[in-house]
Amino acid sequence: MPYIPHTDDDIKKMLDVIGADSIESLFDEIPAALRQTSLNNVPTGLSEMQISRLMSERASNDQQGLSFIGAGAYEHHIPAAVWEITTRGEFYSAYTPYQAEASQGTLQLLYEYQSMMAHLTAMEVSNASLYDGASGLAEAVLMAVRANRKSKSKRILVPDSVNPTYRQVANTIVKNQGLSLESIAYDSQAGNTRLASLPDEPGDIAALVIPQPNFFGVLEDVDTLTDWAHQHGALVIAVVNPTSLALLKPPGEWGEKGADIVCGEGQPLGIPMSSGGPYFGFMCCKKQFVRQMPGRIIGRTVDLDGKTGFSLTLQAREQHIRRSKATSNICTNQGLMITAATIYISLLGPEGLQQVASHSHNNTQTLAKQLSQHASVEMVFSSPSFHEAVIRFTNQSVETVLEQLQQHGILGGYNLKQHFPELGEAMMICATETKTDSDLKQYADALAEIID
Amino acid sequence: MSNIPAHLKYTKTHEWIEEQDDGSVKIGITDHAQDLLGDMVFVELPELETVLEAGDECAVIESVKAASDVYSPLSGEIVEINEDLIDNPEMVNKNPYVDGWIFRLMPSDPEQLGNLFDAEAYEIAASEDDH
Repeated sequence: MPYIPHTDDDIKKMLDVIGADSIESLFDEIPAALRQTSLNNVPTGLSEMQISRLMSERASNDQQGLSFIGAGAYEHHIPAAVWEITTRGEFYSAYTPYQAEASQGTLQLLYEYQSMMAHLTAMEVSNASLYDGASGLAEAVLMAVRANRKSKSKRILVPDSVNPTYRQVANTIVKNQGLSLESIAYDSQAGNTRLASLPDEPGDIAALVIPQPNFFGVLEDVDTLTDWAHQHGALVIAVVNPTSLALLKPPGEWGEKGADIVCGEGQPLGIPMSSGGPYFGFMCCKKQFVRQMPGRIIGRTVDLDGKTGFSLTLQAREQHIRRSKATSNICTNQGLMITAATIYISLLGPEGLQQVASHSHNNTQTLAKQLSQHASVEMVFSSPSFHEAVIRFTNQSVETVLEQLQQHGILGGYNLKQHFPELGEAMMICATETKTDSDLKQYADALAEIID
Repeated sequence: MSNIPAHLKYTKTHEWIEEQDDGSVKIGITDHAQDLLGDMVFVELPELETVLEAGDECAVIESVKAASDVYSPLSGEIVEINEDLIDNPEMVNKNPYVDGWIFRLMPSDPEQLGNLFDAEAYEIAASEDDH
């Protein structure tokens, strides 16, 4: 699609047609007091040369090195073809177009994406993606309150083992809509949510959030938790790592009836970590709840001549049509990111994704074992985990260890003290399939030097 | 001009109201409304036993073009819903005044019926709506 700027002549012609004097006059109905007239914190423009220089300088501040940090964003190998194809002109402006059906290629890609996600999660439907995992959880919580017609409640149980930044984002988005997120303690030995931590008589609750794996990388007893929620009239919102689904039971099969809504962060599927974004959120659900699902779905259909075609469905509930009654203020999807994800999944295939998942699991296990051989390093949790592990130092502070590892060119892990001070000098490590045996050894040797 | 049966009452938001022998009222959307909305793809019915005030949103009808609210013309309690619409939402298009009814309500304040349009008043209101 070519870039076609509006010339002054074009603008004048358009204004003449609608009988307006200027573009400014189109905004007359917004009261002056509500208008931002100047952008105080935005600096004046820089030339291309200046901005290139500035950005190179900033990029050089990035801490390079072997990264063993997980905690929500994961370094996976991305085949070169993924972004080579994604950045072709045909895909590069893949934002869902306003005249959607004129862009059959874009719609077909979104349809393929939805099919893959529905398959991966074992759910009936997937939307065309959301902004990211954290806002995806917020949307899932809002959706659950709308969808659970048996419940009049706006209470949602959210285990403390859910990613703390997701909990913060979800709370920010839902609290002013009268929803309350109620926390559930994790078991300090096992590192996951035990049935005993759940209330005996929860009262009317709209939903229970179940992370799998949870923020610590530990596996939750998803079958038991799912059945408990359904017995108490609550819907189940699964927050999952998509890579892990190549190995773990998909949410659609949890417990007797399966999860009702599934959401999560799509970054592990071919998106570089790039300082925190852009990423994409995914959301799937049971078909019975599809009309409460935010966003849009692409459907496959046939045209008047019987030829296969794709169309934008479910948009009748988005804000350009439903205004304040829309299912969400988010009326879009992360077109470019899910283009990459779709290509990534199709290049790896089920077997490739399984290898990524199992290598990441094995590498982390190996590393955790090596590190915890030191007398002053202990494993914190006893339950099985996916590709993260929590370790604790008995005679050093996490900050000191991380700082010294960095001097060895190693980004050693995620400091848990900010969100989980009760765990002491604990940090979380993650070794994905990108790490070789010698990388793991390098880490173990460096740590030995630091703590012994 | 669309079909506006003389024996029904109407609202300016395009609901029709049919008084039943037992004192309840059947409610649907008018021929004019279904024509504006286009092909129906889904009707989100109210829950039985829901107690409503006149003017409350109580159902959503979704066409290929838009999803629109249906408002309760009267205060009262939902006593029956037309479950046939779940599988056959197109009945709202084909036969809006008979098979396309949406719910039945037992009014708590039957005097509110006096606030509704008759067919003639609705015809004027609906034609103004077109401009």
